[in-house]
Formats: sequence, structure tokens, C-alpha cells
Amino acid sequence: MALLLGAISIGIAFLYGCVGEIITEKSGHLNLGIPGIMSFGAAGGCMAVSIWMSWFPQPNGFTGALMIFFAIVIAMLFAATLGALYSFLTVSLRCNQNVTGLAITTFGVGFTMFLMEGVVDRTMFATASTFFTASLPFAGALGWFGEIFFSHGVMTYLAIAIAIISSWVLNKTRVGLNLRAVGENPATADAAGINVTAYKYVATCIGSGIAGLGGLYYIMDNLSGSWEYGIEAIGWLAIALVIFTMWRPNLSILGAFLFGGLYIAAEFITGVSFSDKALLKLLPYVVTIIVLIITSVIGKKETQPPAALGLPYFREER
Amino acid sequence: MSNAVKAVKEPLFHIEKRASLPAWKAWAIRGGALLVALVVSCILSGLFLGGNPFAFFSSVFSGAFGTSTRINTLLKELSLLLCVSLAVVPAFKMKFWNLGANGQILAGCIATTACMIYLNGVVPPAVLYILMFVSAILAGAIWAVIPAIFKAIWNTNESLFTLMMNYIAEGLVAFFLTLWATDGSGTLNPIKDAMLPKIGGEDFILPLIVAIVLTAAMYIYMRFTKHGYEISVVGESENTAKYVGINVKKVVIRTLIVSGALCGLVGCLLSGAINGNISTSMHDGMGFTAIMVAWLAKFNPAIMAVMAFVVIFVERGAAFASRQMGVTNSAFPSIVTGIIFFFVIACEFFIEYKLKFRSKKKGGNE
Repeated sequence: MALLLGAISIGIAFLYGCVGEIITEKSGHLNLGIPGIMSFGAAGGCMAVSIWMSWFPQPNGFTGALMIFFAIVIAMLFAATLGALYSFLTVSLRCNQNVTGLAITTFGVGFTMFLMEGVVDRTMFATASTFFTASLPFAGALGWFGEIFFSHGVMTYLAIAIAIISSWVLNKTRVGLNLRAVGENPATADAAGINVTAYKYVATCIGSGIAGLGGLYYIMDNLSGSWEYGIEAIGWLAIALVIFTMWRPNLSILGAFLFGGLYIAAEFITGVSFSDKALLKLLPYVVTIIVLIITSVIGKKETQPPAALGLPYFREER
Repeated sequence: MSNAVKAVKEPLFHIEKRASLPAWKAWAIRGGALLVALVVSCILSGLFLGGNPFAFFSSVFSGAFGTSTRINTLLKELSLLLCVSLAVVPAFKMKFWNLGANGQILAGCIATTACMIYLNGVVPPAVLYILMFVSAILAGAIWAVIPAIFKAIWNTNESLFTLMMNYIAEGLVAFFLTLWATDGSGTLNPIKDAMLPKIGGEDFILPLIVAIVLTAAMYIYMRFTKHGYEISVVGESENTAKYVGINVKKVVIRTLIVSGALCGLVGCLLSGAINGNISTSMHDGMGFTAIMVAWLAKFNPAIMAVMAFVVIFVERGAAFASRQMGVTNSAFPSIVTGIIFFFVIACEFFIEYKLKFRSKKKGGNE
């Protein structure tokens, strides 16, 4: 039970990063800057929280809710700014995506540490966190059912909603079809009159914004407002989760919980030595590699990355 | 962007691919970008740390070169970063995105430390040193060749595979630490008596020698050998390589063995010659930094030495400068490094392409 709740709790952080990265990858951009972008989103959101707490030191239900909204908006803005920088470098200037992504991660993680440890006032975070983790009032009345489905903070439900909406947009709407076309074959999409550049920019910025929420969630909900330098690892795992779920946002909800379970399994299994616990912590990575191998061996088109992933598009090039 | 303007009107500028640019011009652009980046980071440092940008700049210099200890550390870190950068070059030249240098270094560290723990005193020192080197090289090569085999046979995505291998290596280090650190502290005391002898009493000399030898060797390997030629053909076009009869699978696997072996060697230096122990963060993120160094230097070993110097100079200098201004965490160097990378990455665009502005006169060109 505790394992399940813990898995959901950490899984949501993966889910944000994963859905954000899926949207970006669907436009043909492998964004390795996700760890930096998630961190930067956390920095933005935490700054917003600390500013809000200085305005309303004793938030009530209403100002608390507004604070969450404010933090979410700022976190998305911060993360999307880095996303915009990434897309400017890779879309407009056609720089190498891997190198740019790694530079974004270096920069984002560094800047976040600078802001969180030097600028942001973290004294009120524990209070602020109670608003993020506040559960629905009737959760306790429904026993184990309520605990599993209704005991989470508001950002948990937001993540699941975002995943479902993204899945619907990608697979059922014209915008999603166009976006997938851009990722599979930008030249064809361009010839069909789709604005390739605009799609790439918007997809990367929205994806980054969503990923940034994952950082905010991790600090405010999963860690209950304490600061820890751990978002980078979450970000890399979120990228792994994208492969694990084969580029499907709806599958990624279950995948995220499974990953979350694997991530914390070592803490819950009793009667094993420290050494075995260290080995158990390897599970998410090993499982990802196995999925990666299996999907590539099967080689079905549905389970493959977008065809133009990682390639810059220049219209005049043949 | 040019295609953002939709009407019949000719856009303000359009992008054109350059046929070629004289090498000196290309390097002038890169040098200019580096300068701009340094100026921007100095201005930013003034803004964030609230100091005088010029004072900041001078303390960057003193942080990097101020005392002989600092110069030694600078040289040591420079050599290590250069070695890793050289290690990743063959793979990248082949367009194999080996993001797993961190893991390959750690694999080398594990092998070296295992030798130091289990064989110290069992075999004579000379044999121990050789075993440390050989096992580290083997471990690094194995760590790199696993993704390479899957890439060669099933075209498994190598950047994600190698990325995961990093974390598995880190996890294995944590596992071995629980076995080796018997006091339960999770950290291993340096095994001083099993370490490689310090040449001249300083720990930067051995890495420096290795780096110099590797730079020359890699230059020759990539430029004058059949292997190097095959690597660049596979990197440019896999189909061409197949057409001329190069066994692409063999080249991929062989190249990754070389790449991983060199990373393992760095692991041997880190564990065997410098620290005498092992930790999960011993690679210090060098695998990623090395990728950027190698890419920005366009895989030219001599330029890579310069780039590695710039990166280490900035990292060490900025760390010192921000400490002096009362910022105790290590965040500021990564910010400055990030800015420099952004500028140098972006300047490649102006080397590859040129902007043609709309001219007033009709039919006028340039």
C-alpha cells in the first residue's frame, strides 16, 4: 500500500517530464536538456512560491490555491524560456541537438542551484507545501479506495489530465497529425503547407513547460518543500520513460507509476542487505534497456521513435 | 524566421548554405564567439554576484593560475578532460552518440579499485600496476561494446542505451561500496599503498603525459590509419561505406571498443593514480562535458586541447571567483560554462550558413 502510494507520488514527477519530452520528440527533437529544464522549472516555481509567501505569510484556502496557480504559471514560463532557447539553437540555427541539449542541462542545473541556494527564501516552503499536497476532503472517508485515488495533491491530477489530453491531441486532432508529420518527415510536411518551424518551436516550448512542472511537483509535493539536488536524475529517468512507453502519453501514466515503483522498491523490500538494495536500485535502468532492445529487435513501426528524430531540417537541402 | 512571413513580400532575409569557408575565417568566428561569451558571462556575473565585472575577471585568472597548487590542479583536470574528449572522438566521428563516457569511466574505476583491494600485497607492485591498467581498459571497453553490439545488429538507439549504462555503472559503484567500505560509512578510504607511483611527487604529471601521448596517437589514428578512414566514411554515409565494402558492423563495434577502453583508462587514472578510492560521482560529469568539447573542436585533437583548457579554466576560475564573492555552492561555474557552450554552439550556424538580406534594388544580389 505504502509502496503503491510512493510509486504514484514519485511517478508523477516522471510523468510530467516524460509527457513533455514526448511532445518535443514528436516534432523530431531529442531534447537532452530535459533535466536542466525540469530543474529550471522547479527554480521558477519555487521563486514564485517564496514571493507569494512573502505577500501572504498566512495563506488561507483561497490565497493558497492562487499560489499554486501562480507557481505553476511561473514554473511553465521559466521552463518554456529554456525550451525556447533550445529551439532557437536547434530549429533556427540548426545546431546539433545532443550537444545543445547537454549544454542546456549544464546551464539549467547550475542556474537552478544558484537560484535555490542563493536567491530563493525557502523558510516558508513547508507551509506552502501543505497546499500542494492537500488532498480531497472525502479521501479519508473512502478507505483504501479513497487513499489510492483521491489522497493526492492537485498537481497529481493535473499531470494525469495533461497526459490524457496530450494523447488525445496527438492521435485524434489535425494539430497532432501535423505535429507527427513534422517529426516523421519534415520535408513532406513542409510541402503539404505545414509551418514546420512554428510546429517545432511550439511543441518544444509546450513540452518544456510541462516538463518544468515536474520539477516543481518534485520539490513541492514529493519532497514536501525541502530542497534536494535530485531533479537531474529524475529528468534522465523521464527521458528513459519515453522509450519505455514507446512515445505514447496515455501509456506513460502506467509506465510512470511502474517506474516510480521500481525507483523506490529498494526502500520497501525488507530483509535484504544494503548491497542487495543497491542492486535493486538499478531496476528502472535495466528494465529500460531491456525494453529498448526488445522494441528495436521487433522493429515494428508503431514502437519506433519518430523517423526524423535528431535531424535538423533545412528546406533547401536535398 | 524567413518562413514566418507569409505574404508574397520577399522576407527580410533568407538562409543560404555556404559552399565553403576558409579555415581561418571559421576559426575566427569561433574565437569571436568565445570572446563574446566571456564578456557576456562577466557582465552577468557582475549582475548576479553584485561585483565589479573587471574584479571578477581578475579573480577568475587568479583562481585558475594564482598559485602553483592551482596550476597543478588546472593541469590535472585539463588532462583528464582532454583524455575523455579524445576517447569520445572516434565514436562521434562515426555519428555514434556515445553519451555513456561517464559510465565507462566508472567501469574503469571499479576494475582498478577491485585490483587495488584484492591484489594489493598478493602480487608484486609492477604486476599490480599492469593489472590495474589492463583491467580498467577491459572494463571500459566492455561497458561501451554492449550498446555497440546492439546498435550494430538491431540498430538499437545508442544515445539512450549508453545513457542508461551510466546509471547502471553508478549503481554498481554504490553496490561495490557497500561491500568494500566495511565501516558502513559508504565512502572508501584511499588505498595509498596500492596507488600508482606519483611521478615527480605530483599527481598531475601522469595524467598530463597520458593526455599528450593520447592526443598525438588519436591524431595519427584518425588521420593516417585505415581505421580512421573507415570511421569517417561510416560517419559521413553508411550507404557509401557499405558500397565500398566496409563492414559497418565491425567498424561500429571496433570503434566503441577503442572509445570505451580510453574512458576506462581515465577511470584507472582517477582511481589508481589520483584518488586511490572510488565514488559514484568520480566521473564528475566529464563524459558530458567531453562531448561538448569534442564537438566544438570539430574533432581536431589540437583544438580540443584548447577547448578543454578554456572549459577547465572557466570552471576553476569561476568557482574561485564566486567563492570570493561569498557564493559557496558550485553553481556559478556551470552557468558560465553553459553560456560559453551556447555561444560556441550557435556560432556554428554562421559557419555553415549565411544570411542574405533583402536588397532594395530589384534583382540586386548581395
